[in-house]
Amino acid sequence: MPGYRLPAPAGQCIDRQQRVGFTFNGRAYQGYAGDTLAAALLANGVHRVARSFKLHRPRGVWGCGLEEPCALVDVGSGPRRTPNVRATLLPISEGLSVRSVNCWPGPEFDVGAVSGWLAPLLPAGFYYKTFMWPSWRAFEPTIRRMAGFGRIGTEPDPDHYEEIALQPDVLVVGAGIAGLAAAAAAARAGARTVLLGASARLGGQCAWQEDAEAAGLAAAVRAAGVRILTRTTAFGVYDHALVCAHETVTADGAAQLPACVLRERLWKIRARAVIAATGAFERPVLFADNDRPGVMLASAALKFAGAYGVACGRRAVMIANSDAAYAQAARLRAHGIEVAALVDVRPGPHPPTEVPRLLGEVHAVHGARAVAGVSVRTGAGLRHLACDLLLSSGGFAPAVHLHSQAGGRLRFLEESAMFVPDGPAPSLVSVGACAGMFGREAVLAHARAVGEALARECPAPAAAPDGCGRSAPLRPVAGKAFVDLQNDVTSADVALAARENYRSVEHLKRYTTTGMGTDQGKTSNLNALLLMAQLTGQPAAAVGTTRFRPPFAPVSFGALAGRRVGALYRPLRRLPAHAWHESHGAQFEIFGDWVRPVAYPQAGEDLNAAAQREALAVRRQAGLFDGSPLGKLEVYGPDAAEFLDLMYVGTLSNLGIGQARYGLLLNENGTLVDDGIVARLSARRFWVNTTTAGVERTAAAFEEWLQCEYPHLRVLITPVTARWANLTVAGPRAWDWLAAAGLDGALAPGRTRHMSLTDSALDGVPLRVLRASFSGELGYEINLPAERAAWLFERVWAHAAAVRGSLYGIEALQILRTEKGYLHIGTDTDGTTQPQDVGFARGVARKAADFVGRRSLLRPAAQDPERLQLVGLLGVDPTQVLPVGAHIAPGPAPAVSEGHVTSSYRSPELGRGVALALLKAGTRRSGERLTAYHLGRAFAAEVVMPPFIDPTGARLHG
Amino acid sequence: MMQLPCPWCGVRDESEFVCGGASHIVRPGLSASDAEWGSYLFFRDNPKGPLRERWRHAYGCGQWFNLMRDTLTHQVLSVYPMAEPPPAGG
Ligand SMILES: [Zn+2]
Repeated sequence: MPGYRLPAPAGQCIDRQQRVGFTFNGRAYQGYAGDTLAAALLANGVHRVARSFKLHRPRGVWGCGLEEPCALVDVGSGPRRTPNVRATLLPISEGLSVRSVNCWPGPEFDVGAVSGWLAPLLPAGFYYKTFMWPSWRAFEPTIRRMAGFGRIGTEPDPDHYEEIALQPDVLVVGAGIAGLAAAAAAARAGARTVLLGASARLGGQCAWQEDAEAAGLAAAVRAAGVRILTRTTAFGVYDHALVCAHETVTADGAAQLPACVLRERLWKIRARAVIAATGAFERPVLFADNDRPGVMLASAALKFAGAYGVACGRRAVMIANSDAAYAQAARLRAHGIEVAALVDVRPGPHPPTEVPRLLGEVHAVHGARAVAGVSVRTGAGLRHLACDLLLSSGGFAPAVHLHSQAGGRLRFLEESAMFVPDGPAPSLVSVGACAGMFGREAVLAHARAVGEALARECPAPAAAPDGCGRSAPLRPVAGKAFVDLQNDVTSADVALAARENYRSVEHLKRYTTTGMGTDQGKTSNLNALLLMAQLTGQPAAAVGTTRFRPPFAPVSFGALAGRRVGALYRPLRRLPAHAWHESHGAQFEIFGDWVRPVAYPQAGEDLNAAAQREALAVRRQAGLFDGSPLGKLEVYGPDAAEFLDLMYVGTLSNLGIGQARYGLLLNENGTLVDDGIVARLSARRFWVNTTTAGVERTAAAFEEWLQCEYPHLRVLITPVTARWANLTVAGPRAWDWLAAAGLDGALAPGRTRHMSLTDSALDGVPLRVLRASFSGELGYEINLPAERAAWLFERVWAHAAAVRGSLYGIEALQILRTEKGYLHIGTDTDGTTQPQDVGFARGVARKAADFVGRRSLLRPAAQDPERLQLVGLLGVDPTQVLPVGAHIAPGPAPAVSEGHVTSSYRSPELGRGVALALLKAGTRRSGERLTAYHLGRAFAAEVVMPPFIDPTGARLHG
Repeated sequence: MMQLPCPWCGVRDESEFVCGGASHIVRPGLSASDAEWGSYLFFRDNPKGPLRERWRHAYGCGQWFNLMRDTLTHQVLSVYPMAEPPPAGG
């Protein structure tokens, strides 16, 4: 195996005194502290590290950073398993355990490699073409299993992720020499400046060679007070130039970690001005079998030598389509790596070089599993060169991602075959290689000038792209010449797409899947579109690029979620008397945002039995319920009554003080969206109950109408749900119970009326007592300051024995209101339900004035007698409880549904099942026998008009 | 994420706001035809360029205001009170 360690000073990033042990596919290796996994594997002579995605060809390390398309590994185990980590970015640590992706049992022998023999059958678009018949679904599971990248852990992530916002004056993205120069200049000019560097060291590619100027710039940045965030990659520019960046705090796979560590940080940075100094990616040269382990980017081989002291081979041949190759070859030789030849694929003139030079193109790569040599087609015929390392130096692709995301335009530099920014983007200026500038002196002068200008809020000076010399046009190549190594897209696939008339570069991308891997085509997109230009005879500028969508680099879901996980994912609200209910045997469930008692089961009772007992207690004696979450608004002002008349189906302006009325709220489409009781506290003040789930929606709708449509009305709307607890006592003995607890005799049934509101007090605690009922029994809803809720529960509960009173929860409440035929918005109504569908046609007709949604009730569809209407259903078998959601239809499926069961319970009072349903033309069908179907079962039922109990409402009055 | 200027609180992140859609939509009375009512309920322009919208600073002062925004660049072109007519040039 060809890789080995070079002597110092090569290896600027490693500490040769500190050895680190790790395992790769179960085998133990050693590296040095500071090594990436890729560097340590190459130093150990391990070149084959992965198998390719589609064809399962053996692959080696190809790049040296986040552009790496091949060397993806799964890291760690259990809940800390991370898939698809780039070996070129993963620092090794003692005990690190890593596996290859895309191959089983390993990259040396892979069962899936059989698909390589099938390669002629797997051209571009093969998914679309082959798997249309009989159905994609038949093939999908197999394809997905074969095609997956890595495997994720299935246990919850034990670690923390956090999110921090910053608002500097100037943000500089990239800590190469251009970024350093710009940041130092901005800070010296007085700007609060933040600098993001993707690696742990400042200096970019100058960080791994002895470079006094780069070291000086890094020192200047620190001296100028720039805030420096290392190991932080900006992955996107969003609206109004919000830059999001991702910091690695604890590297993947680090062993011996505590139970929970801070793993990653998400930075949301809103700077006045952004400077992109993100450099450029090297563009590979296209030739057949350019994916053999041992073929890699020339810049990568240089970095492995300089940063990690790793020679990737003993004898290199360099394939050049760029002037940069000459300098790269010289530097490799300076590290002691033999460069046997430099093959320049361009027509002349060519720079001078001491390396033996051939003019020509790659004919073939030799070696089936690793590079053993290369044949070059020259003017003088084929030349065979022995080598174990084949370096690809095809020029550069400036990292214009952030510029483009910020809304900047691009232009094509013909000579260098690259896209560069066409002027600055809104709020973002590019410097250095990402602006197409490669000459050091010009880069530093421009970066400094940009930093200073933006700090002073002046226009930034224009960039002068030099493109780093000439590149010859790309030509299609026969054989397996890979454009996109991660997705196994070849030159032939691009040619096929062109033949099939895919002209748009966006279509080319999706048809061939070029650039759709985790590397997002960092080394492939430009080549794909240059090929497309050649094949279709268009200029590259006309072909254009695909959109540079965020994220620039993969971001973990953990970082995006931050602390919004577990209990903080959706904070829950607890009742003011939660602890009291807990100590009285409540079984809690989550309803919307609230944790509420669903029932209070006694020994030996299940939830259902408890609810039956509780509901019956309310019918026979009395029950005590916590209604605190009920929505409460106060609507106040000289025009409050007029305003409420506009909001509600009913008229509220004629309510007397102390009177209450049930009201329906519609949206402008005439659909029922909320309901509740409105009471008048004084001439100018109303107490408005909404549904529990609907209070925020209702308050927001009221505000919108008030501020946007009726701004002349003098009204204030105050949500007071959390301010008032609500203790409800219902049942024939409700008043006896409250009287025993000491409530004012003025509240007795004979002295207050059903649907009235009375201000009262107990032991100096103010009580707002509403005589209303959601159960159909005599009911008292006692509102009081939330902090006294537990006190009043205790006080009332102390007298329960006298009336054989019971606590009841949500489940009993639902039984009671269904027996009574009271609708529950959103359960017994849907997005089409209007007032006339639930028995309020007369309420609408009685009112002359306009209200929200009224005009919609006059549309032909609203008058349709075939509408779904709310009815009662009684199962023919009284012991059956009709399933909620059962469809009423003339026959079993397939049949057109005529409606469905919305609420259904066993009534303990009636000793039988009762249900509510939305039924087509329902109100005309009373007495009809019909069938409800549910999951293959049929239920015979009869249509009745609710309520099921107390049709005259006598019980409400006590 | 955009930043929007609340007339009362200053510039805040978009996540604090709720968009109420196009502004200056006139609500017809009960005598409107079905077509007029339908147009009011369901039909809105979807321009590429300046659009007048109403926004509420829901997680702030709670106030509604009008805002003219370029739908292509997200540039905020003007902000004005609910009760005011649209500014010239929009
Ligand atoms: Zn505000």
